[in-house]
Amino acid sequence: MKSQLSVVGHRARRVDGVKLATGRGTFTDDIHIRGLLHAKLLKSPHAHARIISIDTSEAEALPGVRAVITHENVPRIPYTSAGQSWPEPSPYDMYVLDRKVRFIGDAVAAVAAETPEIAERATQLIRVEYEPLPAVLDFHDAMNDGAPLIHDETESYGIYDPAHNVAAHIDVEHGDVARGLAEADIVVENEFFVQYQQHTCLEPHVTIALFDEDRRLVLRTSTQIPYHCRRMIAFALEIPVKDVHVIKPRVGGGFGNKQEVVTEPISAVLAMRTGRPVKLEYTRLEEFTIARNRHPQHIRLSTGIRRDGTILANSLNVLTNTGPYGTHALTVTGNTGTKPLPLYRSPNVKFYADIVYTNLPIAGAFRGYGAPQGFFAMEVQMDEVAEAAGMDPLEFRKLNHIRQGDTDLMSAAAGEGAGKKARVIHSSGLPECIERGAAAIGWHEKRGKPGDGPIKRGVGMAILMQGSGVAGDELAAATIRMNEDASFNLHVGSADIGTGSDTTLCQIAAEVLGVSIEDIVIRSGNTDDITFDYGAYASSTAYITGTCVLKAAEDARNQIVNQAARMLQEDPEGLLVHEGAVRSLSGKSVTLQEIALECLYGEDKTVVIGKGTHATKESPPPFVAMFVEVEVDTETGQVRPVEVVSAVDVGKALNPDICEGQVEGAVAQGLGYALTEEIQVGPDGQVLNPSFMDYKIFCAADMPRLTTILVEAEEPTGPFGAKSVAEIAINGPAPAVSNAIYDAVGIRLHSLPMTAEKVLAALEEKQQS
Amino acid sequence: MKLSVTVNGEQQEWEVEPRQTLLDVLRDRGYTGAKRVCESGECGACAVIVDGLAVDSCIQLAMQADGCSITTVEGLESNGELHPVQAAFAENGAIQCGFCIPGMVVTAANYLEENPDPTEDEIRHVLVGNLCRCTGYKKPVEAVLQAARGERSE
Ligand code: FES
Ligand code: FES
Repeated sequence: MKSQLSVVGHRARRVDGVKLATGRGTFTDDIHIRGLLHAKLLKSPHAHARIISIDTSEAEALPGVRAVITHENVPRIPYTSAGQSWPEPSPYDMYVLDRKVRFIGDAVAAVAAETPEIAERATQLIRVEYEPLPAVLDFHDAMNDGAPLIHDETESYGIYDPAHNVAAHIDVEHGDVARGLAEADIVVENEFFVQYQQHTCLEPHVTIALFDEDRRLVLRTSTQIPYHCRRMIAFALEIPVKDVHVIKPRVGGGFGNKQEVVTEPISAVLAMRTGRPVKLEYTRLEEFTIARNRHPQHIRLSTGIRRDGTILANSLNVLTNTGPYGTHALTVTGNTGTKPLPLYRSPNVKFYADIVYTNLPIAGAFRGYGAPQGFFAMEVQMDEVAEAAGMDPLEFRKLNHIRQGDTDLMSAAAGEGAGKKARVIHSSGLPECIERGAAAIGWHEKRGKPGDGPIKRGVGMAILMQGSGVAGDELAAATIRMNEDASFNLHVGSADIGTGSDTTLCQIAAEVLGVSIEDIVIRSGNTDDITFDYGAYASSTAYITGTCVLKAAEDARNQIVNQAARMLQEDPEGLLVHEGAVRSLSGKSVTLQEIALECLYGEDKTVVIGKGTHATKESPPPFVAMFVEVEVDTETGQVRPVEVVSAVDVGKALNPDICEGQVEGAVAQGLGYALTEEIQVGPDGQVLNPSFMDYKIFCAADMPRLTTILVEAEEPTGPFGAKSVAEIAINGPAPAVSNAIYDAVGIRLHSLPMTAEKVLAALEEKQQS
Repeated sequence: MKLSVTVNGEQQEWEVEPRQTLLDVLRDRGYTGAKRVCESGECGACAVIVDGLAVDSCIQLAMQADGCSITTVEGLESNGELHPVQAAFAENGAIQCGFCIPGMVVTAANYLEENPDPTEDEIRHVLVGNLCRCTGYKKPVEAVLQAARGERSE
């Protein structure tokens, strides 16, 4: 059956490729809306302060200003900006505008005016009297007795321990870690530090809010979560869900930063106040300072092994800085443990975490979702454990990694999967990934050969796992309708945010319906369509929405076959849909177009509408073995990645081009995390490097050679055997680079990013000891 | 002020304000292919070709282009045919979200005029001013190479 696939598994051209290559892909801000007002924010200069008074009279008097909103005139309803299923596991600790500001840049007021310049000018005319409060500017201080309380308001709820600034807390254990460590022959303990990373989606957050002719709120918005957004906005503004219509146009990158409602609430309130369309678009400065970031963490790992290298105990302790709001607080850090810990078999496992509030920039969802932090620590730790056991790190991993048929106990213990069924690994191509990746990089030939001269070479590796959607917490619905010319309209609720999911979903539909991808017209992410979807996060779309589209297409195909059976006077059982026609074993056939016309205008009229909904308890992990070769300049400390090999078990590559693209993009972001990217915050809580000039992401000339190997260990629960691919590879570069640096120059780096300064300092320290 | 420019072959007379950037003016007039990303000349998403030179339109005042001939991404097609760079991007999986793509396509197309036979390394260096957060640059660079080869073989 698989060898006969004619659309799925092929490098089908993206359905949106031409329009994007010609500049016609229509993003949120690419249309002209008559009467559009522009919104700007007044932002806090203080890291922590109470607002004593606000005088907006001058701003309101400025010609061209249409509305000014402050905490005094917007409803004060606690919500979370985290776009997750209801009820969100994040604390309800945000307000559209509040009496208190909790970090530099927190919104104090918003203005809608005829031009962006007038709006900006008006924000400067708002007079605010603040009572500055002591602030928490180091996350290690957040839980101290007497630390300033960031959420002292009584209305917020869902906070684990507001009296100690703890947004969320995790404490799970299997077996007895203390005993495991005590019985171990070798114990390795290490600490790791990871930084704020900014998504830098090229398209900023942007929303155009307006009320349509039926007085329904229309949000044209750059989002990953159209349906969650609809529900959350209805909740935060106390309007019925039916009165909110979310439209996701093309999205210029999300990476988790748009798994949040960010620009939607204020633009919606301003549209309500003015009765006019309102656009709120973040500037690049605002993206860098007041959007979301990857959570900084301080991680401690203790691992005990037997002399033969088998693991007896693994204990992970995490302190996470969530910033002033707890958006995705519990679940991101949940993944810091639940993704890396089960990768290694161990009878005793412990995962403990505190996620604390600070008056620093907001952290939130970011591709990998806590796993990059965890894998950096775990995979460097495993290299060190291997060394302590006197083993090659590759052999050590082969000895200890999770196997097909194993149960992942952590999956049921923490994070979003909490309280649910533990997942069983139905498919794993990890052994093949390790073998093929090692061969491609030349692991055995290159290890331990740093070379002479000031520039040393080294190779390092990491193995990874992720999920395919949130186990037991995903739902999708799709509809598909046949037209006169045997084309099909496919409606899905999922959000293609640049990943190519629209193309992949069209491929699935086309495959099932025996047509070409050009015959499918897709529309996604519009909440007025008869669809539903939790959205584009947790690497869910191909696996969850893909299965849903498979079901919808099969439903449509069954209807087509039944109609064909009537027309051919054959038993539907023996009919095959293929290449635009339905054929019988006896050689009779009827084209899909003939069937379509018969359905729509013939004797027994009917419209072929296939529908599918899909939910599952499964979340099969894709696997990666990543290998990196680096050059380390011992005179400057500069680290240059030379090659990255990613061997990726995707279950089934529904579209190899798209799979490779996801891996390559994730590697680039992961290399930035490893080597150059860090949102730096000054002692007062101010972001110091809010521009592409000072925040360095990899450019074309910085990139190493990328080799992507797609491994297909068919996943029985996935559409055509597929698992996910979107996030997993971002976890690999940081640990693999760190391990490669060790191979090159013998220093262990435990803190990201691994800058030249840190390398030089470590080299010096090594020399002195 | 009156700005007279040729945009994608059409002569235009536009009333603009002296403080407006070329990017603002173009986007306001419906040339939305050029994207607003950093507004400080750091990312290349707003690139257009002005008198044969690819420039970041966010850091050019519109009036600086007075009397110039401008090609935007929308103007690269000819006779309904995609420019080879556009075709190669669309075919090779070189596009993900697409927000950086107009700038890359414009920069690459303009560069191939000047150097029709570039090496991979040369392409990477020409694209240093075009930030992309999605692709890791591999497929875009391959697409430009392929477009160049295709052009040569014609
Ligand atoms: S928007 Fe012009 S260079 Fe970034
Ligand atoms: S394709 Fe998204 S930024 Fe380049």
